[in-house]
Parts: sequence; C-alpha cells; structure tokens
Amino acid sequence: MYIIVVGAGKVGYYLAKELLEAPEGHEVLIIELDAAKVERVTQELGDIALRGDGCEAATMEKAGYGRADMVIAVTGDDEDNLVVCQVAKAKFSVPRTVARINNPKNETIFKQLGIDTTVSATAAILAQIEQELPIHGVIQLLGLKGGGLEIVEVKVPQRASVVGKRIGELLLPQQSLIALIVDSDGTPRVPSNDTMIRGEDQIIAVTRRENEDALRAALTNSSSPAGG
Amino acid sequence: MKVVIMGCGRVGATLATWLDGDGHDVTVHDIRPDALKRLQPEFKGRRHAGNATDQDVLARVSLRQADAFVAVTQGDNPNVTATEMNKHLFGVRRTLCRIYDPIREEIYRDLGLETISPTLVGAKLLKDLLDKQEVAADGETEG
Repeated sequence: MYIIVVGAGKVGYYLAKELLEAPEGHEVLIIELDAAKVERVTQELGDIALRGDGCEAATMEKAGYGRADMVIAVTGDDEDNLVVCQVAKAKFSVPRTVARINNPKNETIFKQLGIDTTVSATAAILAQIEQELPIHGVIQLLGLKGGGLEIVEVKVPQRASVVGKRIGELLLPQQSLIALIVDSDGTPRVPSNDTMIRGEDQIIAVTRRENEDALRAALTNSSSPAGG
Repeated sequence: MKVVIMGCGRVGATLATWLDGDGHDVTVHDIRPDALKRLQPEFKGRRHAGNATDQDVLARVSLRQADAFVAVTQGDNPNVTATEMNKHLFGVRRTLCRIYDPIREEIYRDLGLETISPTLVGAKLLKDLLDKQEVAADGETEG
C-alpha cells in the first residue's frame, strides 16, 4: 500500500518506522512543515520525508495523494488533521483516511464529516482507567448502529442483591439482555435463564441507552442499605 | 441578529464594531485574551477568550441560539473546523468561513460551506485597479 503520514512528531515518526518495517512492504511518505523534523526523518529512516503543508494542494500533488491508498493525519492539531483528511477525500478520492484526535469529543463531528477512522490517545487512556477503576458502574463497550442499543459491561459487586439469583429471576429494564458473563477467574459463560449470578461477575449486556442507569441499579444495588 | 465572531484580528474586530453599531447582539471569541483589546471600550457586545474549536467552549457561549457565525482567525484549518461544528453540531443557520488558500476555499465551497478567500478578493481588486489605470493611460496616449 502507498501510505501518506502527515506530521513527523513522535507519533508520525514511529508510525512511519513501524510501517516501513512491516512485512507487507508498504511505501511510506511523511509530510512535515518543520525542517528539523524532516531532517531527522531523512537521517534515521531514509529519503521518505517531504517538507511542506500537508493540506496545501501543491504539496498534495507532489506527494501523490491521487495514488495513495491511505492518508493518516497525526499532527498535534485536531483542526489540521480534520482538514488533511477531508481534502484528501474530497479532492483526491483517497479511499481511507485516519485522523488522530486529541479532544475525544471531536470524534462525532469527524465521523459526520466523512473521516473513516479516528484515533484518540485521550479516549484510549480514559477507557483504560475506567477498566481498572474498582467502580461498579456501566462501561459502554460499543454502540450498535440504529435503534439506540449499546453493548455495556457491568461488574457485579460481592454485596449486590442479584448475587445468588438465577438470570430468569432478575428484573431487568425493557429491551435489556445479558449476553455474556465472565467469571472472576476470566472464564466466559453464555448465560441461560438458569445461570446463577456470582459476585465479581463481569456482565456483558445489550441495553437501550436510556436504560443504562436502570440496568446498573438492577445489577449492582445492595440488598440492604449499608450498615443494615 | 445574534452573531458570534471567532477571531479578533483586524477583520474580526472591525466587523464586530460595525455590527455592534448596527444594533446587533455580538459575541467575539479569541484564543488570545490580548487580541480582545482591539475592541474599543464602547463595544457593547460580549468578549470571550477561549478555544472556539472546542465544542464545550462553543456550547457555553450559547451558540445554539446564534443566528450567524463568522470564522476569521489567522488559520484556515481552525476556521474550517469551527465553522463545520457550528453548522453541523449546533445548527447555526448562517455560517461564514474565511479561507486564505484559494484551493482549499474551493474545496470547502463544494462541500457546502459559505466561504470567502481574501487572497482572491484582494488580488482581484488590485488587478481591477491596475487594469483601470492601464485603460486610462491608453486613453491619454490616444487622446
């Protein structure tokens, strides 16, 4: 594949390096405005850097956006990454565009504007923190297209009232379904109505967005108030 | 009309002053608080220092109720991003976006933004002036 990487900061540099080393034998070009960074890439990785503005038409022509299979914009500015990808798509019909975003809230608008993939280190770190934190909340895993359904993860606390009950006995919110249970030792079980809920179970469920709180309450609330 | 102007450079500040003088409700945004000093003390609108390509900041200055949004920062790309957010996320009816790069301007016009390239407008004005002078000079030699 011919892959154009825009931005030769740390992300762009190591991305290009990995792509060059990949067994697929990609053709890689890095576009960077800063002469010192271009120099560093040329010295370390060879003649694969072009100095210029990655969203200026003259640079784009020279870089051959027209024959690129993929454009990956990884500058430090969300605005620049958005424009690089949009122009690559609109003017050069690049089949696949990837934008790095710093503000996770930009994901929606980037997708809406036709960027194929967004990658956010901020969002990835946040997700990691949420996974590690011993809170008994609902973690959104995946939104399902249309219908407002989503796949969520809920960890059942030891003292939850559902511990020891069978799935058939549970009162879950409308259109909520327990799809998978992962034991505290990491064994996945496909649940049936007879499956018993145990403390520290990780429950993967499908639910409607508006029922998320009700589902969390159903699966995590204690049987009696604290101290009772 | 409720207007939000992003970018308080010479153009942004002048436009804000004119609209304010016409009695419109004007909010001026700039990421650099210093730039807002370009507005005269008589300016009655709101001054706001903040990053206007951050959706939370945009929402806070109640863009949902704005009738028009104008992006005139120095950067083409921040102008594009902020304009797209206002148009698509906040449903602002009228959005104007300044893009210096004529090629990028054409692309975004095709993508449905209302854009203006001062590069083209400025060059055109200068050329018209030169053409006019040439005609006048030609007239002189003939006459």
